[in-house]
Amino acid sequence: MMNAVVSTSRGDASQLGWQHRLHIDAPLLIALVGVSTIGLVVLYSAGGRDMDLIGRQLLRLGIAFTAMFAVAQVTPRWLQRMTPWIFAIGILLLLAVLIEGEISGGAQRWLDLYIVRFQPSEMMKLAVPMMVAWYLADSPLPPNRFQLLASSVITIVPTLMIVKQPDLGTALLIASAGFFVLFLAGLQWRLLAVLFVLTAAAAPLLWHFMHDYQRQRVITFLNPEIDPLGAGYHTIQAEIAIGSGGLFGKGWLNGTQSQLDFLPERSTDFIFAVLSEEFGFIGIAVLFICYTIIVIRGTLIAVQAQDTYTRLLAGSLAMTFFVYVTVNTGMVSGLLPVVGVPLPMISYGGTSIVTLMTGFGILMSIQTHRKLLPT
Amino acid sequence: MIQHQLRLKDHFLEYRLFTNRVIILLVMCTLILVALFSRLFYLQVIAHDHFTTLSEDNRVKLQAIAPNRGLIYDRNGILLADNLPSFRLEITAEQVDDMQATLTELAKIIDIRDTDRVRFEKLLRNKPRFEAVPLRFHLSDEEVGRFSVNRYRFPGVDIQAGLTRHYPLGKLAVHALGYVGRIDENAIKYLDPSNYNGTTHVGKIGIEKSYEDVLHGKVGVQQVETTAQGRVLRVLQRTPPVAGRNLYLTLDSRLQDAAEKAFGDHTGTAIAMNPKNGDILALVSMPTYDPNPFVNGIEQADYKALKSDENQPLFNRALRGQYPPGSTVKPFMGLAGLEQGVTTAKSSTYCPGFFMLSGSSHKYRDWKHTGHGTVNLVTAITQSCDVYFYDLALSMGINRIHDYLEHFGFGQPSNIDIQGELPGLLPSPEWKHARRHQPWFPGETLITGIGQGFFLATPLQLAEATATLANRGLRIRPSIVRAEQEAGSNALLPHSMQIEETITVNNPANWDTVIGAMIDVVNSPRGTARHIGIDSPYKIAGKTGTAQVFGLKQEEKYNEKNIDEKLRDHALFIAFAPAENPKIAVAVVVEHGGHGSSVAAPIARRIMDSYLLGEQ
Repeated sequence: MMNAVVSTSRGDASQLGWQHRLHIDAPLLIALVGVSTIGLVVLYSAGGRDMDLIGRQLLRLGIAFTAMFAVAQVTPRWLQRMTPWIFAIGILLLLAVLIEGEISGGAQRWLDLYIVRFQPSEMMKLAVPMMVAWYLADSPLPPNRFQLLASSVITIVPTLMIVKQPDLGTALLIASAGFFVLFLAGLQWRLLAVLFVLTAAAAPLLWHFMHDYQRQRVITFLNPEIDPLGAGYHTIQAEIAIGSGGLFGKGWLNGTQSQLDFLPERSTDFIFAVLSEEFGFIGIAVLFICYTIIVIRGTLIAVQAQDTYTRLLAGSLAMTFFVYVTVNTGMVSGLLPVVGVPLPMISYGGTSIVTLMTGFGILMSIQTHRKLLPT
Repeated sequence: MIQHQLRLKDHFLEYRLFTNRVIILLVMCTLILVALFSRLFYLQVIAHDHFTTLSEDNRVKLQAIAPNRGLIYDRNGILLADNLPSFRLEITAEQVDDMQATLTELAKIIDIRDTDRVRFEKLLRNKPRFEAVPLRFHLSDEEVGRFSVNRYRFPGVDIQAGLTRHYPLGKLAVHALGYVGRIDENAIKYLDPSNYNGTTHVGKIGIEKSYEDVLHGKVGVQQVETTAQGRVLRVLQRTPPVAGRNLYLTLDSRLQDAAEKAFGDHTGTAIAMNPKNGDILALVSMPTYDPNPFVNGIEQADYKALKSDENQPLFNRALRGQYPPGSTVKPFMGLAGLEQGVTTAKSSTYCPGFFMLSGSSHKYRDWKHTGHGTVNLVTAITQSCDVYFYDLALSMGINRIHDYLEHFGFGQPSNIDIQGELPGLLPSPEWKHARRHQPWFPGETLITGIGQGFFLATPLQLAEATATLANRGLRIRPSIVRAEQEAGSNALLPHSMQIEETITVNNPANWDTVIGAMIDVVNSPRGTARHIGIDSPYKIAGKTGTAQVFGLKQEEKYNEKNIDEKLRDHALFIAFAPAENPKIAVAVVVEHGGHGSSVAAPIARRIMDSYLLGEQ
């Protein structure tokens, strides 16, 4: 690991000067552009060759990449200073959404800012790991019991608020983002075990918090054949799509499950099934190579980071991205219950893509604002 | 453990801790990826065939294509049963959110009756997924138009074009043609389910039923690609159906029409036949009814009205009406007597107006109370003397009567190619013993000799026997279908004539005697049907008959003085013409028509006129 740090640092100084000046990390950027391209190709098929849909997705990608470049220019130091404020604003916005939801009497995720509709829960995907990393950065590591408790509160409060919205998928990602910071900070195994036991004990509580449809999803996951035309339909049709795709797939625009409407939500949460049907096992492998490059590169950035805050934050962001990918693909392929998590960079719509790219902007910022040590 | 408060940040330690944790996480990530890819490998490689099958099952559906039903023409190519384009309203339940609301809204623009709803809900209960179920048949043009305008409001509701059976001549010859109806639970039992997959209607009665196999054709099948909503995108593979064969009947619809009109308001039945080949030229049962409402389900009230009509229009008298043949049996009895040497053309009998069996005081009356005086066979037939035939029957005995009349087809089905005929009854001591467990009485022989008593014949049997007589012994099976025709072909595949029996006689002059007597019936001054012979341009041979009415209600039976129409005798007439070269044989029964000569003979004359002279 040490060797890697030294050798990369040397490379930064000699060859990668432009990346430092523009605050861009080329490997990450290439992999992200690769995934986005695959996403557009699959979306064209999944969306029924709707060019308007592709246009809107391109616009969203443009905004997201712009956000990434913008955030990459900000120094990690400034980000660290702003962290408590960002977190506080996020909590306030979540409260606003919940209250508005209570008033309107329905599920509420959006905050209408008149110009754009804004999902505070998206903001918390970044604010929670930032806050936990900020909290742990100045004390010696590994975190002690009190720090564990405080970090858990920082994580769990927004998580429960989002479960209540209800948005189980986002809540899960936020909880894991907070958890990854704690884990990377070196939380002792003993305390980890305590955390695990507490989480397990809280599961019935979570069940209590869940809405009926969320419970139904869990039941359906455990046995999709109970209701093959109702709640189990998604899972069964997705498995048929994936399985019938085979090794090489049915070919672009030729997936019968996708093109003939058998696959529900095929341009959003279940787009992975479209990819699997039309491009097969090989297509999945290519996509996962891109994803793996992103995760590895993010991890490498974390390992090379020069202070605790950036190291913990970068590690958490990379790992959360991996969770993101596996929760979606696990759910579509029937390994996990159906929770509403989109496939990163591929699924159509949502503000999640902007959040994701902002996160990669933070990673690029961390990577390119390092002070290069003379060798 | 080090005290937390005093602990300082050890950057190297923290870094090592961090990299250790990163390695642990990466190992876990790898394990998760291995699990995920194992799952994908299982789905896409190991279970690939299974999922391919499921995917194909999703995508490809088999649709049966019903064959077009064969058309039915009369002998001259006039269309009797047609297939007309018609529109039906279908609903795919899976695409309808609220069925009750949809039906309520639909009812505002389309006439939906309770019977439609009941049938629809019955069909809905056991239908395959995404299969459309018909709600209404035979939409009018206005209804099609109104629905088309409002179509956007009714997802899952659609109009389907199809063919529906239509009988352009309506009531004409319905008892021969029959009709088709929707396939119901009864029909499902005897139909081949694979061949009728897609077929909605089946022959219920008459020729439509009897020739169902020929008319129906062979089902076709197509593999179609459908969306999840069941919408057909394209046909992948198609085996076209084979249309049913067209039928050309022996029936002459012009003659049929003339015959039906000849009955006027009378109830009754008539069969006209070509004695030379057994062709049924007209098959009349009056009153008739329109078969068209039956095709897509007749209204309950209309059906009740038909069913409770005292004239029983639904009753097929031509094939199922069993009447005592009365005096029409006398020419056959006469021939039997001559052939068996019981009587001769010259030998005479005195008719005092009644006949008594020795040792009994019971008088068997002649219809003419004053008696016919001295009669021989010819005058006995001409004047329809009963006493002569009482005497003849007694001399022959019941067994010889039975055995001889059997040659003419009495007491047995004619095997005409329409299902449902009844066999009539030619009584014999064996029959009486077996069915009634009673001995045969000599008096019963007497009344059998004049076509009364147990003796029953259908109009078809009378016509067949008359044709056999006209043919001088050649009994040909009556047939209603002349030829079949493959769809798309002009060639006719004729049905061959079936000879049932050739009656051989000891003395061919006996035919002349009997036929001569029948000619006298119409042409001699004392013949019972002389009034139809007076102005006839061709020579008719015939015989009148009167059948006492059986099967009346008990209380009516004893009230013979007060004769209302329902109690009147049935009038019968059999004839063939031209006598020297018979081209048509006719049997007519007019229910409660009184004497055979008064109403039945003129109807027979009009039928023969129409056929032989081309008169309407």
